[in-house]
Amino acid sequence: MSSTAKTTLIDPLFESNPIALQVLGICSALAVTTKLETAFVMCLAVTSVLALSNLSISVLRNFIPGSIRIIVQLTIIASLVIVTDQILKAYLFEISKQLSVFVGLIITNCIIMGRAEAFAMQNGPILSFVDGIGNGLGYSVVLMAVAFVRELLSQGKLFGATVLVTVNDGGWYVPNGLLGISAGAFFLIGLFIWALRTWKPDQVEEEG
Amino acid sequence: MEHYLNLAIKSIFIDNMALTFFLGMCSFLACSKKVTTAIGLGAAVVFVQTVTVPMNNLMFNYLLSDGALAWISPELAEYDLSFLGFLCYIGTIAAMVQIVEMALDRYAPALYAALGVFLPLIAVNCAILGGSLLMVERDYTLAESVVFGFGSGAGWALAIIALASIRERMRYSNVPHGLRGLGMTFILTGLMAIGFMAFGGIQL
Repeated sequence: MSSTAKTTLIDPLFESNPIALQVLGICSALAVTTKLETAFVMCLAVTSVLALSNLSISVLRNFIPGSIRIIVQLTIIASLVIVTDQILKAYLFEISKQLSVFVGLIITNCIIMGRAEAFAMQNGPILSFVDGIGNGLGYSVVLMAVAFVRELLSQGKLFGATVLVTVNDGGWYVPNGLLGISAGAFFLIGLFIWALRTWKPDQVEEEG
Repeated sequence: MEHYLNLAIKSIFIDNMALTFFLGMCSFLACSKKVTTAIGLGAAVVFVQTVTVPMNNLMFNYLLSDGALAWISPELAEYDLSFLGFLCYIGTIAAMVQIVEMALDRYAPALYAALGVFLPLIAVNCAILGGSLLMVERDYTLAESVVFGFGSGAGWALAIIALASIRERMRYSNVPHGLRGLGMTFILTGLMAIGFMAFGGIQL
């Protein structure tokens, strides 16, 4: 793998993480993270849509007139999301029920539009595809980390398998209900960003 | 009447778009640095949401849902176009935002100038698409969808204005270095979400 492709793939993980630094795609990051299982499926869906939309927009980039590019991009993304939604409904019906509207909301997930605008419109198809995978992975890192903590501490489970036996089932662990509700997700992402920025101080914003 | 009032209260406070469903987070975080911008964006969202949710309701019930085409001719009754939903809703939203923009520019230039760049941004705000998708998922009637559209928009506006006011005050606080900006905003939003939980279970 050439070095440009490698940095394109690796950078979004921590250096320019789409969620923590670029502030993109936060809506779905919070909503689907109560369980690892749903978070994992969501990561797969977002990464594949992102890679494919980057690829197809990059292939078409010289034929898309500047004035209508947003609507063209939206149409490409929406079609890919429809395909993903149909596949999820066909093979993973239970999980697609739990994800409810959030599969559809991949369309307005700003990571996808943002990368299409910022990267795929300027770069070749293969590099754009790699960029899509990289950003998808960066998104997945945050999502899986948040889902891991939330599922473990609020239900004592990982991927639905019991790890900490809760008091209700005769064990010792008292589940932390705060992490199961929406507020817990906000706190976790806040702390995640704090940790990342302590590790890489150049990402701290100046307060305006 | 009471039913609609209940629905409005539920969509404004209990099922708050921003704090319970995490919708429209990107602009929620990015545009909440100043109260004035927050009010402009909030007003634009209320407006667009009240128009697009009922529009998409009509679209779903008369064009897309199973057998909805029967009103054109009986042999079309067997078609179920609901898989085209996402594409149509986002199209409606983009078109409505454009129309609202042109109408405001022509008839209410003062409001148009105040909303400025936020109107076009709304097309990709997930609170708007989320509102339409939730409306379809919950099978609202046309009247209900008007109330729900207005209520969910108003709830979102309320949340962003409240957050912006808190962030303006935060400037005087000594926040730990790495937490400044985005990190602190998330923690504030979490505290607000807990605050809004106090509304849970309210019914008329």
